[in-house]
Amino acid sequence: MAHRNKYEAVVIGSSAGGLHALKRLFLGLDSSFNLPVIIVQHLSADADNYLINILNDLGKLKVKEADEKEEPAKGYAYLAPPNYHLLFEPDRTFTLTIDERVNYARPSIDVLFETAAEAFKDRLIGIIFTGANSDGSKGLKKIKEFGGLTIVQDPDTAEVDSMPRAAIQTASVDHIATIEEIAVILNNLSE
Amino acid sequence: MKKIQEEQLENQDIEVRLVIEAIYQKYGYDFRNYSQAHVKRRILNRLNASGMTSLSEMIHEVLYNSKFVDLLLMDLSITVTEMFRDPSFYLALRVEIFPLLKSYPFIKIWHAGCASGEEVYSMAILLKEEDLYSRTQIYATDFNPLIIKQAKEGTYPVNRIKEFAVNYQKSGGKNAFSDYYTTDNESAKLLDSLKKNIVFATHNLVTDSVFAEVNLVICRNVLIYFDRQLQDRVIRLFDDSLPSGGILCLGSKENLQFSSYYGEFNPLIAKEKIYIKKYPL
Repeated sequence: MAHRNKYEAVVIGSSAGGLHALKRLFLGLDSSFNLPVIIVQHLSADADNYLINILNDLGKLKVKEADEKEEPAKGYAYLAPPNYHLLFEPDRTFTLTIDERVNYARPSIDVLFETAAEAFKDRLIGIIFTGANSDGSKGLKKIKEFGGLTIVQDPDTAEVDSMPRAAIQTASVDHIATIEEIAVILNNLSE
Repeated sequence: MKKIQEEQLENQDIEVRLVIEAIYQKYGYDFRNYSQAHVKRRILNRLNASGMTSLSEMIHEVLYNSKFVDLLLMDLSITVTEMFRDPSFYLALRVEIFPLLKSYPFIKIWHAGCASGEEVYSMAILLKEEDLYSRTQIYATDFNPLIIKQAKEGTYPVNRIKEFAVNYQKSGGKNAFSDYYTTDNESAKLLDSLKKNIVFATHNLVTDSVFAEVNLVICRNVLIYFDRQLQDRVIRLFDDSLPSGGILCLGSKENLQFSSYYGEFNPLIAKEKIYIKKYPL
């Protein structure tokens, strides 16, 4: 069973309705929560820093855009830049690419989750939030295959339920929970 | 279950390295310092599409089937691009960089990693509209000869024109974008007059050296695919190609900050990743 100190990073995939969901999650995090959080939120290609600023202003984690070659640090949350895929290298640094869209998306949640699963193996927590497509399902499945912890927002409580429903159908999921419950789970798993 | 996954991953990573090594030893294309995660995704995508059952089988194909190698090289090329990609960058070129170039009697531009040419032709249009094209020479290079062939043709699917036209307008375009191409129902062909001062050629940033002194280097969204060591090699090539006061343009998520050659350049328009080579003290 999951225990403290096991996990080293959290990846979150979020789409339509995600702004509100991410805000609620951040508000629920303890000030002592310090796992690095890496987020793919589907945005338009020319989106500005609006989401980063909003999450930063909540004063929980320091929030920034993921830079190429950067290694995620404790106490930080990273957002994939609009119009780039965000990948983890085996050495756990970021790579950005402008490759074709995956699941009609760039950044794609699957691309982040699948590469993160290989880099972190069983030390990764993967979370799927609200959204109107099925991006992230394959990635979440891979996180589970490598022994990571998988969490999906309860579709009945999601602003748009198709992405969490697709994830539950595809992957073996450890927790199906409300955003506030997910925050509690994360708080308990942070050292 | 976890153990099996990890062993499979280990073996898969070894096989990917062997595929890359086979390409290098047989054909000289060197992907060994590319982003591992990226190269692996591309190679596994090709494996899935090919009907082969294993990467070991792919190594055999790499060695004995040159048609397959062409496909794989295309997979490993960075082919996603568009005309006037990042319009604010082209606007900055037009408004802030071209006035610096105007004083030169002759302008040389190196577009490194030009892929299928969309951004090279964007530059040509820009230069035309600012009355600089007639005294400009553009070298447009890519490692992949097949993609250079596409670039030379300058013909693009007509369904992409709308996106190009929107970008063109956002970048400060002075005319109608339709002035620059002829079209049938399927494709749009850029005017030959745009190609007049462009030399398309193969050049491999990983293995080839400097070939000309130029006033402006454009290399956007290429360095992100390279590891730090290879990034450094490439920036050195650019440094060696540029005189003092020369301009270097990178992609919007690339910067010189971690390069050994950072001290050679000053940011000129930081937001657009446009740098100027320093004058000696």
